[in-house]
Amino acid sequence: MIFPLIKGLKYTLGRFFSKPITIQYPEERREVAPRWRGIHYFNVDENGMFKCVACGLCAAVCPSKCIKIEAAEDEEGKRYPMTYEINAIRCIYCGFCVEACPVDAIRMGAKYDFTDYHREDFMLTIDRLVTQDYLDK
Amino acid sequence: MALLIESIVKVIVVFGIFMAFVAYMTLLERKVLGRVQVRYGPNRVGPFGFGQPIADGIKAFFKEDLIPANADKPLFILAPMITVASALCLIAVIPFGDKITLFGRTIFLRISDLDVGILYLFAFASIGEYGVVLGGWASGNKYGVIGALRAAAQMISYELALSLSVIGVIMLSGSLSLSAIVEGQAHLWNIVYQPFAFVFYMVCALAEINRTPFDMPEAEAELACGYNIEYSSMKFALFFMGEYAHLVVVCAVATTLFLGGWQGPFLPGVLWFLLKTFVLVFFCIWERGTFPRLRYDQIMHFGWKILLPLTLANVVVTAIVMAL
Repeated sequence: MIFPLIKGLKYTLGRFFSKPITIQYPEERREVAPRWRGIHYFNVDENGMFKCVACGLCAAVCPSKCIKIEAAEDEEGKRYPMTYEINAIRCIYCGFCVEACPVDAIRMGAKYDFTDYHREDFMLTIDRLVTQDYLDK
Repeated sequence: MALLIESIVKVIVVFGIFMAFVAYMTLLERKVLGRVQVRYGPNRVGPFGFGQPIADGIKAFFKEDLIPANADKPLFILAPMITVASALCLIAVIPFGDKITLFGRTIFLRISDLDVGILYLFAFASIGEYGVVLGGWASGNKYGVIGALRAAAQMISYELALSLSVIGVIMLSGSLSLSAIVEGQAHLWNIVYQPFAFVFYMVCALAEINRTPFDMPEAEAELACGYNIEYSSMKFALFFMGEYAHLVVVCAVATTLFLGGWQGPFLPGVLWFLLKTFVLVFFCIWERGTFPRLRYDQIMHFGWKILLPLTLANVVVTAIVMAL
């Protein structure tokens, strides 16, 4: 009857002297998997331009309907998005938009703690998707 | 007059150190439990979380102090005071060091040397249980009442075994005075003569202070905190302080009775006393991180059918050996 108790005490003492596995969150961050689906960003080509051709596939496939695109054409007849908005509050991070994109324009990053004070700050426009100003928040 | 000043100074110093010890007990407990569970415990308030007890105290002050409508108001207010006051009274008879000479006066490092020190200890420890029982009953809450009933039943079951486990020591030293008991252990600690009594004492003490694995009156999982369910703000903090003070005192008494009190080579007596007490306190936290709670009927079974006969046998065997 006594020996199991002592065995238990020995085990917890071993745990006491082991290093805690806690990740000290704001200072340390956990490594994310290579295929982690964090907040979106726009992939840019060698000229620093985003690749989106405003085909609308991402908006069509989005299950939560959080992508809004208005397409336009430039003088050479090439389509580009006049407005492109992802509502990050509505987004469920399924990654369908990334899979649907034919030109590899949109991708998902590693940031998993996207927080802010105002609802408007969660509307990701083209500028924000390219510059990724939300990364350091 | 000089004696009065000496006493007052001793009381203030001991009270201050004791309260600081109790406050940082809460931090120590959370830290050690955290490490046992392979996490850090509180480390945000100040370096290593050293500000945590102060922050907790300030928070408790600013919480709303609720008294339930169907509570017995005077008893409800009185109960935490009884718990904490009786726990604080216990420290008065524990000798924590050898005599020192200061300003040409010989000062004994204890607040008071009662001839019936052990009786005083058990009397006040039992009064502390009244706080728990009254608090649970006065809350006007079913969980509180059940917790209070369990506390009462548990106290009766374990008080006997606790007293009996100490009787062997009293027989050996031939005195109820704690100072005499400590002086009697100058060459060999009582734990060598009474190893089983020490184990029984620690087990009963854990039950006496309602600590895991005997924390029936609280039993978070089944009674939702039991006797202190309706308490908030500083009253709740008082209950907690009383509980931790009681824990420290129980460990200090174990040090005095079994581990030779302040006796020890090289280091000053006070340090030895604190060190031994700390080791026992650490054990109490360590076992809390290890053992699950016993079921209520198992606790009663263990108290009456196992601990009581064993402690009685210990007393009889001690008597026979001494007579021989």
